[in-house]
Amino acid sequence: MIPSPDPALYEGLTRATCAALEQAEIFLPPDVVRALTAARDRETNGIAQREIDTILANIAMAESLRVPICQDTGVPVIYLTLPPGIPLDPRIFDAVAEGVRIATRKIPLRPNVVDPLTRKNSGDNTGPGMPAVHVRTGEKVTVTVLPKGAGAENMSRIAMMLPTDRDKVPKFVAETVLLAGGKPCPPVVLGIGIGGTFDGAAALAKEALLEPLDTMTSAEHEILDAVNDLCIGPMGLGGRTTALAVKIREAACHTASLPVAVNVQCWACRRATVEVQW
Amino acid sequence: MVTTIDLCTPLSHEVLMLRAGDHVTLSGTVYTARDEAHLRMQEEGIPFDPHGAVIYHCGPVIHQGKIIAAGPTTSARMNALSGFLLDRGVRALVGKGGMGRQVVEQMKGRAVYLSFTGGCAALAASRMSLRGVYFEDLGMAEAVYAIDLDHLPLVVGIDASGNDLFDAVSRNAQARFRKRFSVPREVSP
Repeated sequence: MIPSPDPALYEGLTRATCAALEQAEIFLPPDVVRALTAARDRETNGIAQREIDTILANIAMAESLRVPICQDTGVPVIYLTLPPGIPLDPRIFDAVAEGVRIATRKIPLRPNVVDPLTRKNSGDNTGPGMPAVHVRTGEKVTVTVLPKGAGAENMSRIAMMLPTDRDKVPKFVAETVLLAGGKPCPPVVLGIGIGGTFDGAAALAKEALLEPLDTMTSAEHEILDAVNDLCIGPMGLGGRTTALAVKIREAACHTASLPVAVNVQCWACRRATVEVQW
Repeated sequence: MVTTIDLCTPLSHEVLMLRAGDHVTLSGTVYTARDEAHLRMQEEGIPFDPHGAVIYHCGPVIHQGKIIAAGPTTSARMNALSGFLLDRGVRALVGKGGMGRQVVEQMKGRAVYLSFTGGCAALAASRMSLRGVYFEDLGMAEAVYAIDLDHLPLVVGIDASGNDLFDAVSRNAQARFRKRFSVPREVSP
């Protein structure tokens, strides 16, 4: 017998979605602030130093005024965890969308979600397939939000590379950053998905952006070095600080495939997780 | 120690002395304009005195007559739409990401491009007060707002002598990429 879902769960999901968006839009995660501060200390280019100072001042100002960090408040990308025993009911998606609508009015967020071809704005940051909701199992019911702005998202790329070209992954990533220049509002965070399928690599790249920036593997460091060596710098004005961190996620793939996706994220690497209370 | 030059609108030929890379602050009135506002001003005329004026590439979030968030938008979208403003006496364009060769040429001997840090919408709003609005029918993001600035921190991205910091950084990045990865030709999208 399937247990009857508790209506309080859906109300809790709506509240948690709204709370997570509020947290993410106004307060940058501490690991991102630490990465910016460390980059400021290492930076030797005077223009780059002042750009990072302005960014840090903006983060503090958003906190004290309780307003969004950036006027591009993004589109809502949402990750849910559901423990065993909680049924995957359509009402879960409705509850999350309602949380987005409330957050749009309350924070307020800029209404960014439009029909892809008519470009008609829904006015509430929801629409078919939006918010994008990804569900996985976990120990508790949690909502994680990753509001994604367009400037950086538009600079993202995917390649179906040759399996024998696996040593060319750093080159593909550096080329992506080179072509982006100052447009994605560097210093950026790079989420990289390696393996899986065409769509799977892109999903991995985005999920990689949820990881804390404090630690990196040697492969991640190698790519970060290649990217920062371009000296594009904050806002494309020059300096060593082109990227704050590189995060890689991998999945097994077909022996004849090597999908590689780069999801570019501006310095405002906004994310927050809230546990659902019900 | 880096010195900062304080500018106040309306601007005059002091902008000709600025060099790409200089740190400045800007105070006084600026006018926001994005794609649609540029088109409207071309058709119907400029609704403010353009002589010595500053255009800010920005679509702010305004709530109950107050500026909530007002960071810069990508200036390159206005590449083909800026000449008539410069011809009418506009002395500075403010935005992010720099502008095309055509605008660099059009600014020579008369105007500069000032870069404001992308994403810094809260800081910008804290240094602004709203004075008025034109073309309100274009909607919140596209209307022209007259905004008073109080020492907004900017960097000269393109000076009136044709020096373009964005272009210099981009050419250097190309060279470094090609050397590191042994790429013979220029990389383009």
